[in-house]
Amino acid sequence: MKQKVTNQTRRQMLIGGAAAASAPLWLNVANAQADTIKIGFPTPLTGPFSAEAQDQVKAAELAIKEFNDAGGFNGRKAELLVRDDKLNPGEAATRTLELIEKDKVNFVVGSLSAATQLSINAVCKERKVLFNSISQSDAINEAKDWSVYTFHEALNPTMTAGAVARYSIPRFGKKIVFLTADYAYGHEMVRAFERAGKEMGATTLADIRHPLGASDYSAFLPRIKALNPDILVLCNFGRDLVNAAKQCTDFGLKSSMKIVTPVLLYTSRLAGGPEAFEGIIGGTSYYWGLEDRIPTAKAFNDAFRKMYNGSVPSDYGALGYAGVKSVLAGVKIAKSTDTLKVVTAMENMKYDWYKGPEYYRKCDHQAVQTVIIVESKSKNMKDKYDVFNILTIEPTTEKNMRSCAELGHKA
Amino acid sequence: MTGLTFELLCMQLLTGIALGSIYALLALGLCLIFGMLNVVNFAHGAFFMVGAFLGVYFLGVTGSFWFSLVLTPLITGGIGLLTERFLVRPLYGRGLDYPLLLTFGLSYVLIEVMRVTFGIEGLPSITPEGLGGTLNVGIGFFPKYRLFLIVATAIIILGVWFFIQKTRYGLIIKAGAADQEIVKVLGVDIAKVWLLVFGLGCAIAGLSGILASPTRSVNPEMGIPILAESFVVTVVGGMGSPVGAVVAGLFVGIVYSMTSLFFPDLAELSIFVLMAVVLLIRPQGLFGKAGAMG
Repeated sequence: MKQKVTNQTRRQMLIGGAAAASAPLWLNVANAQADTIKIGFPTPLTGPFSAEAQDQVKAAELAIKEFNDAGGFNGRKAELLVRDDKLNPGEAATRTLELIEKDKVNFVVGSLSAATQLSINAVCKERKVLFNSISQSDAINEAKDWSVYTFHEALNPTMTAGAVARYSIPRFGKKIVFLTADYAYGHEMVRAFERAGKEMGATTLADIRHPLGASDYSAFLPRIKALNPDILVLCNFGRDLVNAAKQCTDFGLKSSMKIVTPVLLYTSRLAGGPEAFEGIIGGTSYYWGLEDRIPTAKAFNDAFRKMYNGSVPSDYGALGYAGVKSVLAGVKIAKSTDTLKVVTAMENMKYDWYKGPEYYRKCDHQAVQTVIIVESKSKNMKDKYDVFNILTIEPTTEKNMRSCAELGHKA
Repeated sequence: MTGLTFELLCMQLLTGIALGSIYALLALGLCLIFGMLNVVNFAHGAFFMVGAFLGVYFLGVTGSFWFSLVLTPLITGGIGLLTERFLVRPLYGRGLDYPLLLTFGLSYVLIEVMRVTFGIEGLPSITPEGLGGTLNVGIGFFPKYRLFLIVATAIIILGVWFFIQKTRYGLIIKAGAADQEIVKVLGVDIAKVWLLVFGLGCAIAGLSGILASPTRSVNPEMGIPILAESFVVTVVGGMGSPVGAVVAGLFVGIVYSMTSLFFPDLAELSIFVLMAVVLLIRPQGLFGKAGAMG
């Protein structure tokens, strides 16, 4: 009996203590809910795109810091709520729903795969929450997936693959073979490359589809060699691209054909090394080396270097920065966090965060921007960050995008 | 398919053999451990991954591929010895599932350790000097390194075969796999044999990791898909049969390669279809004894 009493007392003390200890915390939470502008940020922190995802978070945090350092919006600070979507569309939808319902985020920015961004978009569309996607997709701007709450900060395959086709076909030849990751994004890259190639009279010899996440591509290579194309287009991403580039190099394909890829990632190039990527040409939304010619790139790089021990932002990292920055700029212009007011503000915004002038096209909220064509280098590198030569910058124009009518939007 | 030539078929076959070599080597380690200890080693892919990381790291530090080819399996083998002694041993006699769950957990620990040590992006792998580029093999150009891979794997497999068939230790291992009780009665410390076999299996996994590293990207998750493939190989060959592991490894590599030529998008699926077909016809695998799963 005595034992029981002691236990009860102890329990009461524990509960009381816990309540007392957490009281300031509760007050904080209550304050935070009223005051900060919350941005939900689902991204695949684990899985094959994790390197890119971590960089997105780092750069997004920089955008938040800059906003807060500048005094926020009427004294309201911004806050980033990062969630791991594990590159799984179901997980991404669940996390996004949680961010909206439980964490009461004001906006959602993020994602790093065609499939996850579509599922995040579907949730945001239904809940009428603004979503600024920082991953490539063509489908997200099409009328069936798009809503007025959807923004697309990233380039899309029509823009990147198109730009790479326009650069490479006149220079290297018209016979094309694709090695394609068998999923939505891979197919979109092929479609866009062919679309641009058709105007120049290019022909497709084969589109060889491989499963997503294959680690050995050697079994596809003898046939590619036998087909003897002028250009081999690697329509895959992340580690798939690293492995494919490496094995194409090993099999000596570069001696008889030019290898190009719609999206040549900075992080993939670092992971694959100079030898594997030597001479491969691709498109990208950003390369830190732009700082020699674009002042905002210099400012962005410097801020990033200062925050992260001298390292430079990657292409997808830069998108994380721009994605958050656009939304917060929208809040300032709208003088409100009301979603529709921010949407209108963003629709009318002309901005230059890091790569020169950009704006969102009215009909589908696609960010109209330049595509940078880079070539991977293997010689005369100044340091480990010096990996690309900028060959050309395809200028900002809606002409190279699919028209609003084509996407199913009413003009 | 247009443009199908004899040369192309031969190249495809050779590619399949190179692919299969790694499968065979991995499955051999897996099946030594299973055949002897009755442990399904789910950390095998992680040991492969650790081997690849260490291989690239030592190659970077010392500049010698051959040195790291010797050092890496010694280290992964050492980790294997510690794993058996302190983690797996307490679980003997509790059936298949306890060690299976333990090694599954261990694989995640190893992945995390590599992520923390080397970063999530992984390391750029290096083709050893003199083995880069391609060689004309009569029917076309084939990467020198993959030819080396085929030869190296063959030597290692023959070495393991020699060790098991021709040495005293090998005799004890075979006897232990057949009947532990009798071996114990004959005065052999069976615990030491188990320790050695587990270490050997992990050393072979590490060795396959460093051998495979110049052909693919080295990253913390690289062991996961290949583990699934090596289990397919082990099942096709027959659980616990070293000969089966080697034959099935090459077989799976060739099937994958040939499917890639005609139906590229079904390549991944083909090896699982192969497994299903083999299991339907011979449930114990090509070289397996019935009831190997105990």
